[in-house]
Amino acid sequence: MTEPDNESFTTLRVRPYLLTGGRTRSSVDLPLEALVRTTESGNASAGQHGREQQQIISLCANPQSVAEISAHLKIHLQVARILLGDLVQEGHVATHTTAQPTERPDLQLLERVLDGLQSL
Amino acid sequence: MNAAANPIPVKIVVAGGFAVGKSTFVGAISDIDPLTTEAAMTKASEEVDDLGDATSKKSTTVAMDFGRVGLSSELVLYLFGTPGQDRFHFMWDELVRGAIGAVVLVDTGRLEACFPAVDYMEQAGVPFVVAINAFDGVLRHHPEDVREALDIPAHIPVVVTDARHKAAVRDTLVGLVRHAMSMARQPAVQ
Ligand SMILES: Nc1nc2c(ncn2[C@@H]2O[C@H](COP(=O)(O)OP(=O)(O)OP(=O)(O)O)[C@@H](O)[C@H]2O)c(=O)[nH]1
Ligand SMILES: [Mg+2]
Repeated sequence: MTEPDNESFTTLRVRPYLLTGGRTRSSVDLPLEALVRTTESGNASAGQHGREQQQIISLCANPQSVAEISAHLKIHLQVARILLGDLVQEGHVATHTTAQPTERPDLQLLERVLDGLQSL
Repeated sequence: MNAAANPIPVKIVVAGGFAVGKSTFVGAISDIDPLTTEAAMTKASEEVDDLGDATSKKSTTVAMDFGRVGLSSELVLYLFGTPGQDRFHFMWDELVRGAIGAVVLVDTGRLEACFPAVDYMEQAGVPFVVAINAFDGVLRHHPEDVREALDIPAHIPVVVTDARHKAAVRDTLVGLVRHAMSMARQPAVQ
């Protein structure tokens, strides 16, 4: 099978991962809802980053979820995760999830969610 | 670091068939205008380790819309609408991971459209409620008829909601959280 328009196709496919140096996996486990916050070191690192990394550092002065970061920067979720993984490892942002992000929230947390919803 | 600077995120999934009102439901209660995040189809992200391979895979993207509800200074709820079409079910694994549970929206005019979501949540052991979106306040079928038609077990709530109204959406979410709590108390009953 031959693919028509092979060249432009390839460009399209590769482009998102140029931002990540070609990597397609993040080194840090980042659920969609994990909250990301810029650290002191992140604030101090202004000017050292690429455009997207800098945007993340600015955006996360107020904690934002991984999904929000991907949406605001208009970058694919997987790409956002890789950039975030680097920033986490460099200490420029910190993430916050529930204690066990892969498990269901426990009763105590559910109770708090219930209280929160009922107060809306 | 104080608690307010580090709120805890929790997540609820809003599932159901095509055009059943998922985005409307999320938008009715979200503090922010719902946002959209795009993900590339898994094959490209999961099976590929280097750029060379990435270029040889098809890149299809799936868009998910979501909203954010501040529950307190320490708690943020994210509501994710599932992408409607079956070919995007791969994304559901990611969505339900660690979630409180799911609201499966049903349009009584097209009951069958919610079968895949109900099946998925049952098999994945995700706490869920079935919420009939009464389009224009018109309830064409009684909830118990819907339960029977969909073969929903007795312990799973079937409720009526209105995706356009915040209070109805909130009550539906309260029902889901209560159900998730009863599941957490007796995990053996699924
Ligand atoms: N009259 C009425 N219209 C509704 C109601 N809920 C949703 N709609 C309309 O139905 C259409 C589909 O609603 P959406 O919220 O986009 O549905 P969805 O499930 O997100 O759709 P997809 O993401 O495309 O699967 C929109 O035009 C809504 O305005 C309702 O309760 N009453
Ligand atoms: Mg939608």
